[in-house]
Parts: sequence; C-alpha cells; structure tokens
Amino acid sequence: MSKKLIVVLSVLMIAAFVLSACAKATPAAPAAPKFKACEVTDTGGVDDKSFNATAWKGVTDAMSQLGIDGKYLESKEVADFEPNINAFVQEKCDIIITVGFLLGDATKAAAEANPGVKFSIVDYGYDPVIPNVLGQAFQTDEAAFLAGYLAAGVSKTGKVGTFGGMQIPTVTIFMDGFYKGVQYYNTQKGAKVEVLGWTPADGTGLFTNDFSDQQKGNDMATSLMDEGADIIMPVAGPVGLGAAAAVKARGNAYIIGVDSDWYLTAPDYKDITLTSVMKLMDVTTLNAIKAAMDGTFKGGTTMGTLANGGVALAPYHDLSSMVSADLSKEIDTIKAGIIDGSIKLAQ
Amino acid sequence: MKNNKNDKQDLGKVILNEITGEDPKSPKKKKSFWKKIEIPFLAIITGLLIGGILIGATSQSVYAGFAVSIWSGFAALGKEIGTAYFSLFTGSLGNPVTIIQALQSGNATDIRFALNPLLESLVKSTPYIFAGLACALAFRAGLFNIGVEGQLFIGAAAATYVGYAIKGLPSYIHMPLAILAGAAAGALWAIVPGLLKAWTGGHEVINCIMMNYIAYRLTTYLLTGPMTRPGGGGMPLSPMIEKSAYIPQFFQSPIRFHLGFFIALAFAVLVWWILFKTTWGLNLRTVGTNPRAAKYAGLNITKTIIVGMAMSGALAGLAGANEILAVNHSMAIGLSSGYGFDSIALALLGNSHPFGVVLAALLFGVLKNGATRMMVVSSIPIDIVTIIQALILIFIAAPAIIRAIFHLRSSKEDTAIVTLSSWGGGK
Repeated sequence: MSKKLIVVLSVLMIAAFVLSACAKATPAAPAAPKFKACEVTDTGGVDDKSFNATAWKGVTDAMSQLGIDGKYLESKEVADFEPNINAFVQEKCDIIITVGFLLGDATKAAAEANPGVKFSIVDYGYDPVIPNVLGQAFQTDEAAFLAGYLAAGVSKTGKVGTFGGMQIPTVTIFMDGFYKGVQYYNTQKGAKVEVLGWTPADGTGLFTNDFSDQQKGNDMATSLMDEGADIIMPVAGPVGLGAAAAVKARGNAYIIGVDSDWYLTAPDYKDITLTSVMKLMDVTTLNAIKAAMDGTFKGGTTMGTLANGGVALAPYHDLSSMVSADLSKEIDTIKAGIIDGSIKLAQ
Repeated sequence: MKNNKNDKQDLGKVILNEITGEDPKSPKKKKSFWKKIEIPFLAIITGLLIGGILIGATSQSVYAGFAVSIWSGFAALGKEIGTAYFSLFTGSLGNPVTIIQALQSGNATDIRFALNPLLESLVKSTPYIFAGLACALAFRAGLFNIGVEGQLFIGAAAATYVGYAIKGLPSYIHMPLAILAGAAAGALWAIVPGLLKAWTGGHEVINCIMMNYIAYRLTTYLLTGPMTRPGGGGMPLSPMIEKSAYIPQFFQSPIRFHLGFFIALAFAVLVWWILFKTTWGLNLRTVGTNPRAAKYAGLNITKTIIVGMAMSGALAGLAGANEILAVNHSMAIGLSSGYGFDSIALALLGNSHPFGVVLAALLFGVLKNGATRMMVVSSIPIDIVTIIQALILIFIAAPAIIRAIFHLRSSKEDTAIVTLSSWGGGK
C-alpha cells in the first residue's frame, strides 16, 4: 500500500524531470542575443537596502532604459564568490558587476582568467589597473561633510550622533566627512556642536559590528538620544532602519540616511529623514553598463565625487522648513567650494 | 591486571546493552536497507514536493496561467517546477546530455567541464562533512556542541595565520601544518566549554554559544588588526596564504575539486573507527547514552567529556581550515553561511553515524550547489533551497508526519534519534 504510493510518487518526479529535460532539449531558434549585465552580490544579498540593492538598481535601470537583460546571483559566503562569477562567465554575460571589497580577490582572479569578459566592482579599485575591470570608488566624505554641516546647523541640543556597522574604511569615510562637516560649522560660526559616536583622531566610535540586526541600531540610536543627540546618521545598512524606528518612537530627533535617499527607499521614516548622504552606485553601475555597450569601456577606477554626481546630498523634502534659507545657501556654497577645491577635506 | 581491565570493559558493554537494548553477541536482526533509509528518503521527496509548490506559488507565470484556465495554470506550474528542479539537478549533478557528449568526444577538458557540477557539489559538501562529524561525535558523547561555528572560525583563523606567516616550507610540511593548526585551534576552543562542563557542570550549550560570540568578535578583530592584509586599507581581510599551504585542487580553474574532500572522507572513516571499533569509543558512547551508568561502571566521565569536546572541536576547526586552504586562500568576514548550525541538522539527518553524516552532507552540498544554477536559469531565489532543506529536516526530526502521510506502520525502534542526556541535566 505505502510502497505503491512511494513508487507512484517517485515515478511522477522522475517523469517531471525527464519531461522538463525534453522541453529543454529542443530550444526555439535563438533570437538575437540581448546584452546581458549580471551582478554577483556579497553576503548581504540583493535586498540589503544598501550597496547590493543600489548596484542592482543600476542594473534594473539599465534593463528599463536600454532594454538589456539583467541577472543576479546572491552569495551566502566567501566560498560562493568564485563559482557565482564563473557561472556568469559561462552564461556569457557581457558585463559582470561584483559588489564589495569582499569580492576583490575573486573578481581579480576571474578577470585575469577571462580577459575577454568585462567586470565592474563596486567599492573597490585595483592598483595596478586590470584592463577589463572598472573599479567604482566613492569620495563619500564630500557629501557627508555637507550632512555634518547641515546637522550642526539644525541641531537644537548642540549634539549630533553617528554610528557605524563595522570599523572599515567604506563605513568610516561617511563618519569622517560628517565629523569634519560639524567641525567646519564650529570654526565658521564659533559654535560648539559635539559629535557623539566617532572621533577620527584616535579612531574610536560606536559600531554595531553587525549589518543585519536592526535591534542593535535601535539600541545605538536610543543611547545616542539619551546622551542628547537630536540628529543621527547611522552608517550600517539595514541596521540603520532600526535607528530610524527608535528616533520615530522617541520623537524630537531626526535621521540622516546613507547610500540612497531614504525619503524614497524607506518611506516609513520620511517624516524624520532630514536628508541622506547618497552614494550613487546605481548611477556608476549604469554608466559602466553603458560604457560596456557602446565600446568606451576602459579598465581603471571611477571615483564618484560631488563634482561628477557620484555622491550627493539628498533633498530635504518634507523637512525643508527646518533648514533656514541661510543654512541652505551656505551648504550650496560649501558644495561649490569642495567641487572647485577651495575647501579641502583631507588634512 | 589485564584480566581486570577486561572485566571492566565487559561491565561497560553489559551496561551499554542494558541501556540500548542491543546485544552485540547475539546475531542482530538486520533491518532491511529500505527500512533504514525509508524515513530520510521520504522526507527528501516530501520536502522537494512542498518546495515545488512554493516555487509555483512565488511564480508570476503560474498565476497568469491560472487566470486563463485551470489547465494552463497547472501547465505553467508543471513547467516552473520542472525547470527549477531540472536546473537544480543539472547544476549539482551535471547535465546527462552534456556528459554523454563530452564522453563521446573524448576531450579531457570537455569531460571535466561536464562533470564540474558534480565535482563542485563535492567541494560544497566538504565543510559540511567535517562540521557534521564534529556535531555527530559530540552527540554520541551526549554533548550538544552548538559551538561548531565558533570553532570553525577559530580553526580557519589559525590555518590562515600558519598559511601566510610561515614562508619557505615545502608543501608536504606546510599544508599538513596549517591543517593541524586549524584542528588544534578548534580543539582548544571546544575544550573550554568541555572543561566547564566536566568541572563545574556549566551547560555546554550556553557556554558554546558564548564562545561563538567571542570567536566572531575575535576573528573580526584579528582580521582588521593583527592579521589584516598589508595595503588592504583596513578591510577585514587577511593576506593570501602561501601556495605551499594550499590543499591542492586536482584540476585547473574554474574546477575547484580538491584533496580536502578525500581528507574529509578519511576523517569520517576515522571517526567511525574510533566510535565503534575502539574501547575508548565504547566508553564515549556509554557516557553519552547514560552517564550515571557509565560512572557506575567506573568510566572516567570528566576525561571522556573533555576529550570528546576536544575531538569535536578539532573536526570543526578542520572544516574552517579546509575552506581557507582549499577554497578561499585568504580569510575574510563572511567565511561561513552557518556550517556550524547546519551541522546539528546534518548530524541529526545522519543519525549521528559518520557515514550517515557523509550522505547528509552530500545532500546538502548538492542542494546548495544546484541552487546557483537554479537561480541563473529561472531566477528562483537561493532561499527556496534553504526552505527545502528545513522542510526535509523537520520531516526527519518528526517522523510521525512522514508516517502519517505515507501510512507507514510505526515501529518503536525507528525513533533512533540520539538521546541528548545533557538536556536532562544529567552530568
């Protein structure tokens, strides 16, 4: 009785495979192959609301604007990088976009083994240059500098806060810029706005050491608010959403988003999102795809700056009434100053 | 003197037989092979079937099909599930058509590439085998080593350090040395909860979880501090290890099939031999099954617990060392997608028997590897495979469900899941 059932089930499953195999074996005459852009994520996954997601937005933008095919593969751990990239090489992807420094070694190895395939890697660059890899790096501190100045100007308590997901350069560059922006405000205005959560001089600050547990973001924001901060910039991917939740629950404080414009990407918190420090990986990814399509693709590193729009400060949206006309004008002046080099961030 | 020892051993055996109802002297009534694999096999089939329904339920084309008519809905469902599972299995076992073509062409490169999906599944199974053995061995000693993940990280860190810091050694010394470092570090990490359990009665589950946290943070510290890659800009990434420390891969890139797989198999045999063919293994199993009886029989429980944990930790450390030396060649955060926790499930699936663990690890490796291909072909997220794995495990852990579905007669001896005496607080 039971064995019969098992046999029937097994036969059904085998039949399903065989049938699908037959269906596969007679493909329709191939249409003209579309340009294919393929993204390999790092361990955060494609829906991390951070750089994997933003880079993927660049691919989907290219799909809708340029009519190309886009695919992605999620990596769960370091050992997945190499086979995932190779799967796309075998899929004959025209450009393979890898996301994050974790993929640095794997991308280099694959690029050198497949010189005919174009690669672009987000948040990484190679020295010396690999001719078929375009690195995408970002001068994020330029936009964060503006955010720091803005935060200092808006703060009522005279304290602003930040925290990071992990003490790594791509995170601390946000916090550095933010800190310097506040200091610049202090010297310009003779003010004494304090930055909680990051001290570039000795490299100490608040870090969740986690890019996924939102509760930790909630805790960080709560303790920063306890210390008196009323503007908080969380640099921790989705963990930052936990901070936004804490700020929203407490009230009387505001959030500065990172990577994308949180007013648009995290609309639950649009009433507390003062602005966002945008790192436009979607734009640089789209540009890399365009370059690969029209044959202008070249190896090297593109640096996203305020000047070329690779990084930017998001609009103030609903909270623009909080930013006085003078402050808004000052920020525009500083932006121009950074672009023309009269204000230098590196000291 | 010698006689005395034999007596003791016999007493242990007698007690073990009392406890387990096994009598090794009388010819065991052999369960038929089918009876043994019935539940796992049906659990896998059922898991795949439910997974298929999920694939259909998350697919747009199926809804579009049902909107037209019920038949085109089922046709779309069949096509979706068929494509998904076809790509899952060609991605993990190889496409029979390609393999046959390659064999006919006789071109060695073609054959290797056609077989690569299968070889890659073995690559993915290897850390599962080591980690699963770690957990199974601990289970046999009545210990719940939930710290495999932390031991794996520490083992990986030690293997990485030996891999890059020591230069100029010949491969036949450097590679074993790095492997040994991984095993030793894993063992040391596991000894801590082992000692706490043996001396103070502190529960190993809690202490293992805490040791995991310490291991994560310690490796992050090491990777951003003392072990960070020069010129890496402070990213949590170690230097590349020396070529001489590589566990060799048999073929050229992109085929990653490596010696580590066979090392893992050798360790499975070793663990089997220790557990079932040595006195010490018998003692360990006796302690695991009933520590009070073992104490009565005069076994040294303290020592057994500590050595059991150390061996389990060594196997976990090997899992980490294998990933570094054979596959990644440097250490970064994001080393493991949770081998340590999957290993608990693996040990359960394999009934805590080393060979069962190998089979379970192969299944996990196949599913994990096939998921990549499935994602490329039909854009089904890799997470669906995680769900299928979970379903299979639920059905194995709760065989009553499978019996109910398939109208199997229940037999008491089938509920052979290893007793976890530690849950009863039995020390």
